[in-house]
Amino acid sequence: MITAAIQERENYLNQSYGIKSWLLTKDHKRIGLLYLCTITLFFFLGGAFATMIRIELLTPTGNFVSSDTYNKLFTMHGVAMVFFFLLPSIPATLGNFFLPMMIGARDLAFPRINLLSWYLLVVGGLFTLFAMLAGGVDTGWTFYTPYSTTYSNSWVIATALGIFIAGFSSILTGLNFIVTVHRMRAPGMTWTRMPLFVWSTYATSLIQVLGTPVLAVTIILLFCERVFHIGIFDPALGGDPVLFQHLFWFYSHPAVYIMVLPGMGVISEVVSVFSRKPPFGYIFIAYASMAIAVLGFLVWGHHLFVATQSVYAGLVFSFLSYFVAIPSAIKVFNWTATLYKGSISFATPMLYAFGFIGLFTIGGLTGLFVAALGFDVHVTDTYFVVAHFHYIMVGGTIMAYLAGLHYWWPKMTGRMYPEGWAKLSALVIFLGFNLTFFPQFILGYLGMPRRYHVYPDEFQMLHVLSTAGASVLAVGYLMPMIYFIWSLRYGAVAGANPWGATGLEWKTASPPPLHNFDEMPVMTHEAYDYSTVVAEEIQVG
Amino acid sequence: MGSRLPLFPEQASSIAPDVDHLTLFLLAVAVFFTVLIFGAIFYFAIRYRRRSEHELPHVHHGGMALEIVWSVIPFGITMVMFTWGAKLYYEESRPPDNAMPIYVVAKQWMWKIEHMEGQREINELHVPVGRAVKLTMTSEDVIHSFFVPAFRTKSDVVPGRYSTLWFTPTKPGKYHLFCAEYCGNRHSGMIGWIYVMESQDYQEWLNQHPPPASLAESGEKLFNGMGCPTCHKEDGTGRCPSLSGLFGKTVQLAGGKTVVADEAYIRESILQPAAKIVAGYGLAMPTYQGQTTEEDILQLVEYIKWLGDKPEVKKQSNGTLGEQH
Amino acid sequence: MASESHVNEETLALREQFDTAAQQKDASTLGMWIFLITEVMFFGGMFLAYTVYRRLYPEIFAVASGSLNVYIGAANTVVLLCSSLTMVLAVRAAQLGKSKAIVLFLVLTLILGGVFLGVKAYEWNEKFVEHHIPGPAFHLEGVAPDQQGHAQLFFSLYFAMTGLHALHMVIGAGLLGMLIWQARKERFSAEYNTPVDLIGLYWHFVDIIWIFLFPLLYLIDRHMK
Repeated sequence: MITAAIQERENYLNQSYGIKSWLLTKDHKRIGLLYLCTITLFFFLGGAFATMIRIELLTPTGNFVSSDTYNKLFTMHGVAMVFFFLLPSIPATLGNFFLPMMIGARDLAFPRINLLSWYLLVVGGLFTLFAMLAGGVDTGWTFYTPYSTTYSNSWVIATALGIFIAGFSSILTGLNFIVTVHRMRAPGMTWTRMPLFVWSTYATSLIQVLGTPVLAVTIILLFCERVFHIGIFDPALGGDPVLFQHLFWFYSHPAVYIMVLPGMGVISEVVSVFSRKPPFGYIFIAYASMAIAVLGFLVWGHHLFVATQSVYAGLVFSFLSYFVAIPSAIKVFNWTATLYKGSISFATPMLYAFGFIGLFTIGGLTGLFVAALGFDVHVTDTYFVVAHFHYIMVGGTIMAYLAGLHYWWPKMTGRMYPEGWAKLSALVIFLGFNLTFFPQFILGYLGMPRRYHVYPDEFQMLHVLSTAGASVLAVGYLMPMIYFIWSLRYGAVAGANPWGATGLEWKTASPPPLHNFDEMPVMTHEAYDYSTVVAEEIQVG
Repeated sequence: MGSRLPLFPEQASSIAPDVDHLTLFLLAVAVFFTVLIFGAIFYFAIRYRRRSEHELPHVHHGGMALEIVWSVIPFGITMVMFTWGAKLYYEESRPPDNAMPIYVVAKQWMWKIEHMEGQREINELHVPVGRAVKLTMTSEDVIHSFFVPAFRTKSDVVPGRYSTLWFTPTKPGKYHLFCAEYCGNRHSGMIGWIYVMESQDYQEWLNQHPPPASLAESGEKLFNGMGCPTCHKEDGTGRCPSLSGLFGKTVQLAGGKTVVADEAYIRESILQPAAKIVAGYGLAMPTYQGQTTEEDILQLVEYIKWLGDKPEVKKQSNGTLGEQH
Repeated sequence: MASESHVNEETLALREQFDTAAQQKDASTLGMWIFLITEVMFFGGMFLAYTVYRRLYPEIFAVASGSLNVYIGAANTVVLLCSSLTMVLAVRAAQLGKSKAIVLFLVLTLILGGVFLGVKAYEWNEKFVEHHIPGPAFHLEGVAPDQQGHAQLFFSLYFAMTGLHALHMVIGAGLLGMLIWQARKERFSAEYNTPVDLIGLYWHFVDIIWIFLFPLLYLIDRHMK
């Protein structure tokens, strides 16, 4: 796989061989790649479920799969995508690989705990996979009670257990990152000289550490209820089924910020490099990340506007939900302003960044729609909400993830991906995505409920459009899969800094040596000082 | 406002146009900012595209002022959105006093609907146009959600408690009813129709479907059949309080607290009588959990409401209880 | 492993990712504190559920709480506080590099922890005998039949919360055992005693959880007689 050009110099990839050197590695870079493989598997699994869902929804009647199977498909699509792809994606792959390098450290604070985190994700994933293969789970990824505790005859416990274990993976990664950022920065690397990707990942880690334990205890209570019938969510015993929703969303709302904040960090980097300008309003973007992390914990009740929560609670949560929108808006304005009088390159990472900003703007604006109480009463539990969160998670996070993968691919592998194919797939993904999900806003407002296996005839046209988009999107996602692997053998060899970027990770070889830097870096200038890299030869792929 | 845009469902309730107006405002704001951002990106990307490999743009720093402006203005807009949405929500939570009560019991996978006069419907609800309707709903099993897109209203239906929803239909017609909270195998089959009819058509429909008894009459039958009058004597001399005139009043509980005797209180008193004991009385009432269905309880609730209106029970000559309201 | 100029020979006190022993100790300590904060959030979820139901059914919870043996609970609290004392003494001994003292105090801590768990087991057995374990055989005296479900909720939360706490103590006991073994091999000194320090923090945390559990579970509406 690795040609002679790279083999000359020792790096983290060729430094040792064999399966043990990977499965027992303490190197954050190798662990990042282990995660990359794991989450890619789950992405395609979740994608396979999505494909089947969209095929079924081509027609109003249920002729592709049974109701039972359909209910399992959307549940498992959600579980696989949320817990085993989106949540780990950017932090555990790009964060693991680059956070230490960006602050000038040799590794994370706790390398063995880092490896443990990966194993926890894998073990959790195996439990969940087992549940899927043994018959599946049909509660929705939200596991609402009492359906999940008393009525469902599917593999609830196994799935919940898998998620429980994977949660600890998330907690330990967050813990590792926080300690690393606090204690392992190189000399001269003050907080305000850190790259924005580090700020975003740090804010994400705070959420992971504070929110995920609540999910863990919620799952324990779910387990106790289902197995021992303790009555905590069972009205017949005096329990409250809506209490589950409060506990679940107390984690799951901040979780969506775990999913999007790292993506925002990637975009801050990419927009800066490919405008050759520091991010406009650096400190505001940094503080906005922290604000999102904090405010994200205060809004969970907006998932319960029609769930028999009190009117006053609804008013409070709607009000606070508008607050959390503002830091995101600040970021979007600052990214756009970064382009002003910049030197704009249209390399693939930048195309994905443009896509992110546009689609996140739409997704975020529709968040303002659903935060409005009177509006949400009509659209909650319809396809409008499905479209809203897919705009953020797919149009946002996945685009940012692809931006980051393309941007850092030369650093991780020492190879360039094929630029022409990459630009084409970015376009295919952008078009396929919008065709898939924009019609769903309309479907939702017209009244098409979520999680419906069959539906009234009048909704068919929009569903057909959506499925057509999904097939385009699927092609778009397969393309990078193919050319990234292709590039490992046939891609152009990349130098240390093909993009002319300023981060510390670009000051070391591609791929990096085992301990990241040959000499301890010292940060002597502000972050994003492009005058320090123009002097180098700039190779743009 | 016209009744139908191709992208919107029909407007068939009093609040539907208000919701659509809010939607149009939200859309306008969204389109504005989308065009602004897309346009800016497009323009900057082309205008400032990289022309030479070695160009180094001049760094200009923004300032606090700009950040404040583009925080405060969006914040102001969001506060308008909040206030508007909150106003609608508040209205939706306050049914008019004269709203016609309808009772809904949801179960996997059907809607059981009962009119006060006693008509029962499955997956269908006939209502007259122009009259406020208040639904009192509960579930027998899992959480469901009563959703009528044409009315723009929705409420979850939760086991173990009552939830309410009200609307005033404004246009005769036939409108989708959907279950909007995933409830298992036939969740997407738990659908039906709301039939809004002109007043006389509705009256005709009521007459064509004479019920065996009104809800209150059925409730009275249950009340007597289960032996309740033994303790709940009308004149208040029994071991338990009289229920005449009870509904809607504030009740003094043992221990000093008070509670309003609404539907939820009646339901709880039947299923868990020891939870709230009336001041001056001991625990004498057994629980009827397992002996009464949710529909039975709703009938008893209606009967007790009826007792609230007419303390003296007077039967008409044809043997039925008098008309309500 | 490639040894580059800035990478030190890996020792317990200085792993290769760190530059100085002080940095390592700092980082490890911060890591433990963050972990304990996640534990607060973890137990917090159960405390929230408890709070919700106690507010809904105060009288039932009071009766149920009254059925717990407050004297045993109080004694157990004292036992746990003493174990925190011996733990702190172990940490102090470690700072002074006195291996024998470390072992002594860790063993005492372990014994006191064992006493706590033993008493807990006795209490749970009492609950079993009195039919206070949630399930088909559950019955609490002094509570109406239609309120038994609510009383059962109290005991479900009681067992879940004290069970989770006991699990943490068992894990702590295991960690103590490991520490004792290492201390006997003279692993700790004035220069390197971080594990004792950190496990001490963990032990204190488990203690503090009990300090909250005891009044919430045992002391609802209790009066001095």
